[in-house]
Amino acid sequence: MNQVRFNHLLGLEGLSQEAITEILDSAEVFLEVLKRPIPSVPSLRGVTVANLFFEPSTRTKISFELAEKRVSADVANFAASGSSMTKGETMLDTARNIEAMKVDVVVIRHFAQGAPHFLAERINASVINAGDGSHEHPTQGLLDLLTLRHQVGQLDGLKVLILGDIAHSRVARSDIWGLKTMGAEVKLCGPATLIPRDVDLMGVDVTFDIVEGLSWCDVVIVLRLQMERQREGLIPSMREYLRTFGLTRLRLEQAGGEKIIMHPGPMNRGVEIDSDVADGPGSVILRQVTHGVAVRMAVLYLISGGERGIE
Amino acid sequence: MNETLSPIKPPSGWEYHSTEKLALRGGRLFDPSAELDEQTDLIIEKGVILSIGAIPDGWNGEVVDVSGCLVCPGFFDMHVHFREPGFEHKETIRTGCTAAAVGGFTGVAPMPNTNPAIDNPGMVRFQQEQALGLPVDLFPIAAITTGRKGATLTEIGELRDVGVKVFSDDGSPLVSSEMMRHALEYTRMFNLVISEHCEDMSLTKGGVMHEGSVATRLGLPGMPSIGEEIPVERNIQLAEFTGGRLHIAHISTAKSLDLIRRAKDRGINITAEVTPHHLTLDCSLLEGYNADYKVNPPLRTVEDVEALIEGLADGTIDAIATDHAPHAPDEKEVEFISAPFGMIGLETAVGVVHTRLVSTGKLSLSRMVAAFSTAPRAIMGLHEVNLKVGQAANITLFNPDEKWMVDREQMLSKAKNTPFHGWKLTGRTRGVVNRGMAWIRK
Ligand SMILES: [Zn+2]
Repeated sequence: MNQVRFNHLLGLEGLSQEAITEILDSAEVFLEVLKRPIPSVPSLRGVTVANLFFEPSTRTKISFELAEKRVSADVANFAASGSSMTKGETMLDTARNIEAMKVDVVVIRHFAQGAPHFLAERINASVINAGDGSHEHPTQGLLDLLTLRHQVGQLDGLKVLILGDIAHSRVARSDIWGLKTMGAEVKLCGPATLIPRDVDLMGVDVTFDIVEGLSWCDVVIVLRLQMERQREGLIPSMREYLRTFGLTRLRLEQAGGEKIIMHPGPMNRGVEIDSDVADGPGSVILRQVTHGVAVRMAVLYLISGGERGIE
Repeated sequence: MNETLSPIKPPSGWEYHSTEKLALRGGRLFDPSAELDEQTDLIIEKGVILSIGAIPDGWNGEVVDVSGCLVCPGFFDMHVHFREPGFEHKETIRTGCTAAAVGGFTGVAPMPNTNPAIDNPGMVRFQQEQALGLPVDLFPIAAITTGRKGATLTEIGELRDVGVKVFSDDGSPLVSSEMMRHALEYTRMFNLVISEHCEDMSLTKGGVMHEGSVATRLGLPGMPSIGEEIPVERNIQLAEFTGGRLHIAHISTAKSLDLIRRAKDRGINITAEVTPHHLTLDCSLLEGYNADYKVNPPLRTVEDVEALIEGLADGTIDAIATDHAPHAPDEKEVEFISAPFGMIGLETAVGVVHTRLVSTGKLSLSRMVAAFSTAPRAIMGLHEVNLKVGQAANITLFNPDEKWMVDREQMLSKAKNTPFHGWKLTGRTRGVVNRGMAWIRK
């Protein structure tokens, strides 16, 4: 079944359309598995997966752990903390320890951009990036693609607006690469202070007018706004953010009609998105969560060789 | 300065020669400042150039064959970090000077960002003493402000008396325009130089690489070009206003170059340096998150690199300086955002510039030699070094045709953080002559 060889999943940048399609197709099969009375398969029996979370992330961690159990992998959790800047183990120590423990797959979440790349260069195990600083979050990008493919069938030509703090968002980067590779059009919208320089060179447009952006798109991906952006002087206040870039029912109506609404979570209700939108008819936010488990099962399956078959 | 220590032995593979009676045979004597370019012999006696021309019959001194080599005025690096005192695990003055000699430099000016900082005459003398016995002159750069804190001027007059020529708070740029004004006014009385690392920290704080499309893709916080250009222009204005002597360290952007060019056209007495890495590397190299490319000022765009080469060729940029910044391997081999800034450069500078700029026809050989030798000495106000009879022998031997590969494990610097590891270069230092001794590679 699988033609593309996956050693690591460090990001969606540079991943081919064939590779992404293969992951999504496998994820479809695992979605079916998840509907069974006993929602697990022995695909990764005998494979050891280490979860390395250097940053607290309840939902991504639970999603990965669940996916690992559903494919029958042996799981080791490392509640890692600290960096070379503080006391404690350095990344290099971590890499050496993992190597000594003979782990097959490492799932890493780290606050430092490039930390998964650092590991991948130094260990034999396959590395899955579960979010590295403000760089990428490829499994989130893939689950967004899976969710959209389910909703609309065809990603090619789809118009997607990514709304919010692009500069600090790993989700935005993975979504941009994934969507562009699959033929979708992407537009970014957010305060100019949170749109990174030369982002148009990634093949996207930028608008500062939320109604214009909403009128143009089929899908809105709303990003979480961290409270610290106000402290850093990047936005005047949360109140003004909601007023200028918040996704409200009124704005959607001004833009003329229903859109598919997505959010990687956790949401700040009343800041970047209003509750009646988050829970409204276009919202597929909870479906994203289910798809997250299936996508991660697929990635684990393909990265560990996919030899045993899904059944 | 008294040479109280006996000469230190060169590293393995190198030979020590006394310059009591030493002849360099068959080299190409190349000194743009003396309009000298001639294949002939050069005889040194008691450390002084005795004659230029064929070795006479019956001459009974030592003869070293240097055919195929350029014989140039000694190269000088006016911007290095030697970490002593305070960070000797990264580099000491001894290891740094050894790396300098092997790289072809007969003189260096270490920056004062040690711990404690070099901000008083005692510290300057301490550093000078560490270099005794080596063929490398050490001219410590002293801090502009006490403790490099930007608040009060150091005792500049007294520091002058122990040999300090240049003042800098490198790494901690002067935030206050008023303090920069006073520093330029005060040093001007003594004809001393302020070397400034131009960086507006409010624009670059948190940044780890050049701000632009590559940083955007990597998700790394950027350091915008204007973070350099705004203080470059501010400091030019202050130099014009005060008449002080401003030297702009390690410029990295095309616009900084343009600002300097226009200031020089207006007759403002400023000078500038550029590093070998800003002349040869651009920010796309950061794509693998390799911290060996993390440096401040950051690697910029290809367009910036090209502009800097042009600026060096046309003389807008006066000198090449390495900004040799050693760090221990375990300090650099961490997540990119946590790694310290800096790369070493002493042992690769000449080969890299020759290979990438001179061999490709972008820079003339005479500009390269001037930018490595006469220019930095002139900027610092040091005595002139040239290949004239009667002058103290201060010479760099350089073989422009020798091919070699950079190997970080072979380096004499304590640190290994070079971005040039594995590079194949054409042109390599053969030896240095200075302070009554010669180190020549076998
Ligand atoms: Zn500096």
